[in-house]
Amino acid sequence: MSFHPNDLRRRAGVANALVVLLVVFLTTGFFRSQVIQHQKYALQSETNRLRELPMPAPRGVIYDRKGQIIADNAIGYSVSVLVQREDSLRALLQRLTGTINLANSQIEQSVRRYRRAPTRPTVIIPDATFDVVSVLEEHRAEFPGLIIESSPRRFYPDGPIVAPFVGYIGEVSENELAQPAFADYKAGQQVGKQGLEKQYESVLRGREGSQFVEVDARGRIVRQQGARADLPPEAGPPLHTNIDMDLQRYVAGIFGDSLEGGAVALDPKTGAVLALYSAPTWDANRFIGGIPQQYWDSLRTDPRRPLYNKALQGTYPPGSTFKLATTVLGLESGAVTMNDRMPIPCTGGMQFGSRYFRCWDKRGHGNVSLAGAIAKSCDVYFYQLGLKLGLSRMLAGGVSLKMNDKSGIDLPEERRPRWPEAVEYFDRRYGKSGWTQSVVLNLSIGQGENSQTILNMARFYTALATDGSAAVPEVAQTTQRREKIMNLTPEQLDQVRGALVGVVEGGTASASAIKGVQLAGKTGTSQTGKFVNGIELDHAWFVGFAPANDPKIVVAVMIEFGGHGTRSARIASSIIEAYLKVAPVMQQMADG
Amino acid sequence: MSTRRFPVDWPLVIVALLLSVYGISIVYSAGQTDIPTAVARVWKLQSIWFLVALGAAYAVSRFSVRMLDWVTWPAYGLTIVLLLALVFIGKGAGTAASTKSWLAIGGVRIGQPSELAKITVVLALAKVLAAYKEPPRSLLELWKPALVVGVPWALIMLQPDLGTGIVFVGFAFAMLFWAGVSWPLLVLAASPVVSLIFAFNPMVWGAWFLLLIALVLWYKPYMYEGIFLVVMNVIFGVVSPIVWDKLAPYQQKRLLVFINPDIDRRQAGYHVIQSQIAIGSGGWFGKGFTEGTQKRLAFLPAQHTDFIFAVVGEELGFVGVTLAFSLFLLLFLRVTKIAERANDSFSSLVAFGLLASWLVHVLVNVGMTLNLMPITGIPLPFFSYGGSFMLASWLAIGILVRISAEGRGGRNGPFAV
Repeated sequence: MSFHPNDLRRRAGVANALVVLLVVFLTTGFFRSQVIQHQKYALQSETNRLRELPMPAPRGVIYDRKGQIIADNAIGYSVSVLVQREDSLRALLQRLTGTINLANSQIEQSVRRYRRAPTRPTVIIPDATFDVVSVLEEHRAEFPGLIIESSPRRFYPDGPIVAPFVGYIGEVSENELAQPAFADYKAGQQVGKQGLEKQYESVLRGREGSQFVEVDARGRIVRQQGARADLPPEAGPPLHTNIDMDLQRYVAGIFGDSLEGGAVALDPKTGAVLALYSAPTWDANRFIGGIPQQYWDSLRTDPRRPLYNKALQGTYPPGSTFKLATTVLGLESGAVTMNDRMPIPCTGGMQFGSRYFRCWDKRGHGNVSLAGAIAKSCDVYFYQLGLKLGLSRMLAGGVSLKMNDKSGIDLPEERRPRWPEAVEYFDRRYGKSGWTQSVVLNLSIGQGENSQTILNMARFYTALATDGSAAVPEVAQTTQRREKIMNLTPEQLDQVRGALVGVVEGGTASASAIKGVQLAGKTGTSQTGKFVNGIELDHAWFVGFAPANDPKIVVAVMIEFGGHGTRSARIASSIIEAYLKVAPVMQQMADG
Repeated sequence: MSTRRFPVDWPLVIVALLLSVYGISIVYSAGQTDIPTAVARVWKLQSIWFLVALGAAYAVSRFSVRMLDWVTWPAYGLTIVLLLALVFIGKGAGTAASTKSWLAIGGVRIGQPSELAKITVVLALAKVLAAYKEPPRSLLELWKPALVVGVPWALIMLQPDLGTGIVFVGFAFAMLFWAGVSWPLLVLAASPVVSLIFAFNPMVWGAWFLLLIALVLWYKPYMYEGIFLVVMNVIFGVVSPIVWDKLAPYQQKRLLVFINPDIDRRQAGYHVIQSQIAIGSGGWFGKGFTEGTQKRLAFLPAQHTDFIFAVVGEELGFVGVTLAFSLFLLLFLRVTKIAERANDSFSSLVAFGLLASWLVHVLVNVGMTLNLMPITGIPLPFFSYGGSFMLASWLAIGILVRISAEGRGGRNGPFAV
């Protein structure tokens, strides 16, 4: 063997060089990972160990115009769990059912939530009762991954009274999550479903915070606090509304449990929605944290349709309340003045073509002026006015008075009213020869192809109550918008208002006068086609405002199948009375 | 046994002591997890093993090299018997539960004979190579060394223990080099294995094959040997895909994971990726001793054995890694010096073989933690938890201390104390 020292020295040199080379090779590798790529690996390491627990933000508190709380936050509890895999979630839920009651549907819903957002804690009970929470706290050691958090819970102090406009919130649904508008929502979060809660969702929701916990490789939480600074949630800003809760409660009180219908009260100058109610109503508080099936079923099957918002969604023939639209169109076009009489006096009806059109009062009203026809709601007068205007002018006029437009209220449920835009509508609907000019007679008295929401009629009357511009109804205190919809001189508007005063003072609503306040308004009784014992059950309308010389409130009331409009007139007048009399007193108290 | 006073190679001993203390500290840290496991107490066992190993090393250092030479064949024979026994009664453990690496009596695991084999086979190979008058010039002349390494290697591959197998191949070639076997012959000897590796890509294998032909023509081995080599390369080049199919799925997986750790992130690649994250997130100075989150929260697998160096990287950072490398480098350079100055060819070969064995361990183990090497389950000397390996490492230190003492410049050399 060649173990001469020279050979060995040479080989030792080669060996040493190799050894140094290998160590340099390894050192370079570590330098690359630890120094050059440090940021990348540090982030991966943090992602490994940290889990973000959402901290729900309290929703913005909703106030009425005087600072009374409409929607508040109470302390609630949510139960969720952090798991790695679906089967471990199922196993945990199975074990949980031994301790607390979990319905199969709740289990399946939890699994769906997990699939939607596997890295977030999976919500098992979004709104746990204190009883459930205390049982779970007792058994905490058995369920190490369980997260019991106090989370703000929506609370409506006046539950059913405010439900028609405030709506409710609920867990974001899978359908919603699939939409791009809900891109920044995660399964298990709460979202406004209706009313103000839905309309102002982006503001009210605030910003969810995060708490960071440390988990081990198996997803077990090993450190709750101090793993990384929490990001505190940001509460949604308060929402100030125009609603007058005292008035809203009053309205709800009048409707009680027996009446069905809706009422809207607007400030004619600003469009402020002072009250908006639909009866029967439902309890928004019971909708929080999942609607109990029994409650939901009872609401859905109730023939009085509580879930159907009669002030916003319900469209009804406006009846005689619409005669003011005919009046405005007649005055605008110069076809008639307030004192003009029609060629045919009212004898309880009139012949047109082959048909006899009756007046509501078969005794007849005789030869009346326009003002008198409004006061007595004489149909025969308005038939002739409608004929004088002609169908196409009538239809175009209705469009310019926004009878086929939404009012633009800041509530998502509003339904568009129905009004034919042009003559072609009838051609389309009935064929060219399938209809006659007689449709204009029906339209002129608020019957026929015309159905309006209570809200839209209230808006129309804000124009009559002011300078001919309609105010856009706003529940929240936002920018005020007005829109000129009629071209009448101030004198003409004064005359119209005078005629509406006549309705209350000696006219169809003479029983509804308010002491000390001049009330103006119009009754309406619209046919429904629904008969009981041979008598048609009419919808009873009243739209009015007061004080007549400087209107502060417009009220539209409609009682479904309520009989004659005089009944609604009494309700409306008491609402107005409550508002005008109570408000100053409250104002004095506020002023000190 | 000599009772004579002899010069102790203190640089070697001190470096080995520092490595052991460093290693046990990391084993301690490896046990510090948020959810405590049995690993929490192994640092105590490792410390006891360390003390035992120190005693054994001292005892071995009292053996003269001549005595070592004398026990070589009995020790080798015992090793073969034990390895043979493992084929029938071997037990698995820990992360390698399905293998047969452990010798157990009455259900109690005694140790891993393959760790002992790493020393006795080095001794036996050194003895065989030292007997040559001239360095072998043909493959045929290498039959004896091939047999001495091949038999225990085959038995170890039967366990199967790919990591130890790689170590054997590593120190065998290193010792052939140290014995003066020429580079071309080493390349020719290794060529069938290279063919095996390159067989997966016909283009690469073709290029390699042409290179081999050129080398055969230039080196001019015996004709039959040349033909034999070419045939072997062809066989391995063609056979390897078939061998691949014969590999256990976990072995295939490990090789595949080496090529691309993202193949199966949650399973096989998981270990390497978590190790890389641990090391990379350590940065310059690390997260602090015992503070590594990857380890603490159990993201890092086998943190006290195969992946212990990832703990160093995570908790002590690049600085801690460089410190460990420096100690290893000092150890290696010191041992080449011992091999160079050894008194006779046997002890010189033994020293170099032990050095090569450690070097392969460090390269493969540390390389594995950064995905520079395939996962082979090979421990890191002085760091990885394991009694047999700690004992074997210090036995080697004991032998080296003796060789150093008997070598040229021992008593009067620059490092004599």
